Amino acid sequence: MVTYIIRRLIWSVVMLSIVSIITFAIFFLVPRLAGATSEDLAARYVGRTASAEQVKVAAEKLGFNDPLVVQYGRFAKGIVVGADYDYGPGVERCPAPCFGYSFLTRLPVWPDLLDRLPVTISLALGAAVIWVIAGVATGVLSALKRGSFFDRAAMSIALAGVSMPIFFTGMVSLVLFSYGLKITVAGGTYTPFLTNPATWAYDLLLPWITLAFLYAAGYARLTRAGMLETMNEDYIRTARAKGLRERTVVVKHGLRGALTPILTIFGLDLGLLLGGAVLTESTYSLPGIGKYAIDAIGRQDLPQVMGVTLVAAFFVVVANLVVDLLYAVVDPRVRLV
Amino acid sequence: MSEPLLSVEGLEKHFPVTKGLLQRQVAAVKAVDGISFDVVKGETLGLVGESGCGKTTTGRLITRLIEPTGGKILFEGNDITHMSQGRMRPLRRDVQMIFQDPYSSLNPRHTVGAIVGAPFRIQGIKTEHGTKKAVQDILELVGLNPEHYNRYPHEFSGGQRQRIGIARTLALKPKLIIADEPVSALDVSIQAQVVNLLEDLQGELDLTYLVIAHDLSVVRHISDRVAVMYLGKIVELADRKSLYESPMHPYTNALLSAVPIPDPKGRAQRERIRLQGDVPSPLNPPPACRFHTRCWKAQEICKTVEPPLETLATGHQVACHFPENAPTTPEPAVTTA
Amino acid sequence: MSFLELKDLRVHFPTDDGLVKSVDGLSFALERGKTLGIVGESGSGKSVTSLGILGLHKGGRAKLGGEIWLDGEELVGASAEHVRTLRGKKMAMIFQDPLSAMHPFYTVGSQIVEAYRIHNDVSKKVARKHAIDMLGRVGIPQPDRRVDSYPHEFSGGMRQRAMIAMALSCDPELLIADEPTTALDVTVQAQILDLMRDLQRDFNAALIIITHDLGVVAELADDILVMYGGKCIEYGTAEDIFERPEHPYTWGLLGSMPRLDRDRTERLLPIKGSPPSLINVPAGCAFHPRCTFEDRTGGKASTEVPQLVETEGGHLVRCHLPRDTRRSIWETEIKPSLEAS
Repeated sequence: MVTYIIRRLIWSVVMLSIVSIITFAIFFLVPRLAGATSEDLAARYVGRTASAEQVKVAAEKLGFNDPLVVQYGRFAKGIVVGADYDYGPGVERCPAPCFGYSFLTRLPVWPDLLDRLPVTISLALGAAVIWVIAGVATGVLSALKRGSFFDRAAMSIALAGVSMPIFFTGMVSLVLFSYGLKITVAGGTYTPFLTNPATWAYDLLLPWITLAFLYAAGYARLTRAGMLETMNEDYIRTARAKGLRERTVVVKHGLRGALTPILTIFGLDLGLLLGGAVLTESTYSLPGIGKYAIDAIGRQDLPQVMGVTLVAAFFVVVANLVVDLLYAVVDPRVRLV
Repeated sequence: MSEPLLSVEGLEKHFPVTKGLLQRQVAAVKAVDGISFDVVKGETLGLVGESGCGKTTTGRLITRLIEPTGGKILFEGNDITHMSQGRMRPLRRDVQMIFQDPYSSLNPRHTVGAIVGAPFRIQGIKTEHGTKKAVQDILELVGLNPEHYNRYPHEFSGGQRQRIGIARTLALKPKLIIADEPVSALDVSIQAQVVNLLEDLQGELDLTYLVIAHDLSVVRHISDRVAVMYLGKIVELADRKSLYESPMHPYTNALLSAVPIPDPKGRAQRERIRLQGDVPSPLNPPPACRFHTRCWKAQEICKTVEPPLETLATGHQVACHFPENAPTTPEPAVTTA
Repeated sequence: MSFLELKDLRVHFPTDDGLVKSVDGLSFALERGKTLGIVGESGSGKSVTSLGILGLHKGGRAKLGGEIWLDGEELVGASAEHVRTLRGKKMAMIFQDPLSAMHPFYTVGSQIVEAYRIHNDVSKKVARKHAIDMLGRVGIPQPDRRVDSYPHEFSGGMRQRAMIAMALSCDPELLIADEPTTALDVTVQAQILDLMRDLQRDFNAALIIITHDLGVVAELADDILVMYGGKCIEYGTAEDIFERPEHPYTWGLLGSMPRLDRDRTERLLPIKGSPPSLINVPAGCAFHPRCTFEDRTGGKASTEVPQLVETEGGHLVRCHLPRDTRRSIWETEIKPSLEAS
């Protein structure tokens, strides 16, 4: 078990390094392939008023003329010990972990990300709680009452749920509940949980439900399929033959068996969302990682985009790791050697 | 005796078991551990044993579905042990396999005609009156209606499906057929049909069979000679009559004694040999004679010296220090194998 | 009245293709301490019968008819909840494949504890002690350690022993074993059959063994019931069925089976054709399309359903052939051909 965790941890670090190399290569090579010179890149950092000479100096000092490997090395070193960006007119300190320094906002990327992380985490976790409860419950009921009116209705709604994109359901919900019924905020506000938990929940209610609706639909379908399969297993027949109550059979024996694939999907979904619920955050103007990413892309702020990408990759890799470990806890047949 | 069609010499298959951070190989499952036998043209050799004895692995090794770890396989005198897939191709015609499960071994989306005709297409063989005619002839040969050419496997019963599987193997007029549990998934009344069919086909088409099965009564009925396997080794090999009437290896005796006899009259008086426990794991087989942990005749020598497979009577080979029914009691062999 | 009595049990499943009559009018009686073997091929209705007795079809799509009397209580008309309280306590079941029949995520011990605590109001500690006792009784070595193992950590034989321990944990008076040894190796099968014989003596339960293997019933059963197409076609003592069988289907089963206790016959004598689909059970005698002697019934075979008739001392046969014809066919044609040629 321990060696397995260590091996997986090492592997996770390797994965993250590979992801960072690829993103780094893309962000630094693509502009060059498009014809941009080191000076063009440096110009974005020193401002429009700078002379050609200043730009040239800045390009040299920022290391844009170094080979890609050296540039990546410097970037990686920055994550560990921090970095100084000397662009001619001045020196900007970017403390560790330095995920890059945005010359457009004149701020290191990492503190920005840290600021926005609570928003994204609140959004993702809150929605996750709702969609898991709603999705799994609907799926179980549908499976048990297979072919009934409830089953058909639930599965139709679920089909609609997975088919409708967030920006559509989001807009509709805003029009309906915020502008029409005026029972929720119109988005754009976020109160930290520690400041006032009630306002925190009130502000996030609509985004939660919208996001959860999309996922709950998928989870309901998945749970239904899993339950239908599990309830046909021999061990369910054994549980009934023991004289267990039907509810115990369904929950303790059926659901437990059906939940493993859902756990896998859940880990990946949550990992992806923690890296930024881009559509939801944009629709509701929530200042989270996803919104940050959209804004950074709009400004073509490469260090920021790079930072978001790495944080997102980190969450996905960690989620994968956690899922694999949980799998062994849930299913004793999975032996971790 | 005529030349052997198939000759197996010291065949081994070890599956590696890896462990730790670097996935070092720490042990091997010795699924097949040095077995030798011949199959003579026109005969049926039965390979019996309990689960984990390596009989199925042996079949797969001979058909080269998996790579052997050691030893030699000779087919018609040619060494095919490590022959490349390309050079094996013409030989694939001569060696065909019948599988246990007539439900999963037929592609449900292909018609009977396509399934039975596939070998012609794969091997690029032209037949006189076209493939369809050839396939219909074969269907008739195995007792199926040739008009069922365009039907799908799910339209047939288990016994008919097994006939389709047999028809497929017969398409290219093979010399050797390896049948892995050909009847164990079938109903009793259907088993007898298929056993009779296999016997009829052998007579008509001059086939040679290697039948792998766990059912001792079916093996006795169908085989000319029988090899008994235990944990990757052949413990006894003899013609049908001597093996069933005067078995020499204690394991063979125990196996025969364990078969339930459909005769309620004598059940109270019947003498039975009852082995204790299950077959040990092939991952950690007992040293020397592998049967010594369950053998009632075991002595010190059985734990230290592996008994070689020796000919103790004409055509009767046994690997045991203390064989039963032996013509003369030989000195316990102290040669190491 | 006997301890267990089935009267005209019917289990029908409505499907899109028609009514599937899995069990169609089955009657038998069984006393405590006795063993009944039910023999049949796939689709004969033998497993559906056992699930029917346990009430596991209740609440499903199956339509049940007839009567099941267990120790003076009628179960077909009883409420599902009442039958549930009997299940596991008064009647228990052992299944074919112990690997799939045990929940892979719970330890063997906790599954036995669960079975015990449904019907006995005891603490977990007491139940665990009981589980260890039961595992010991069915011959599992070091039961106090193995109680915490998961099913996949057991060998096939050990798993089936654990299943038996679970079924016997509440001391049931009726035990149904559905193909209990089919998934096991032959040496392990012999051990399990011995174990079941010993336990039945100790527990004095009524035992029903359901199997396709005539060898297994011959080892254990006092009485044997042969099923075909949802109906009983022959019923008698084990000796009746093996020494004086009177139904052509029973003859066919005996002829299909290679036997180690006799000299090898040159040919097996299979039954032609395949078991019927239960949606399209042949008219008249369900077996007539496969029957070698159908032409000797004077055309009744395909038109009239034969009745189950007593031929001698509790030996029942469902066949149109006259009794004397059956006996002479057995003595002069079938029996000699089963001996060595």
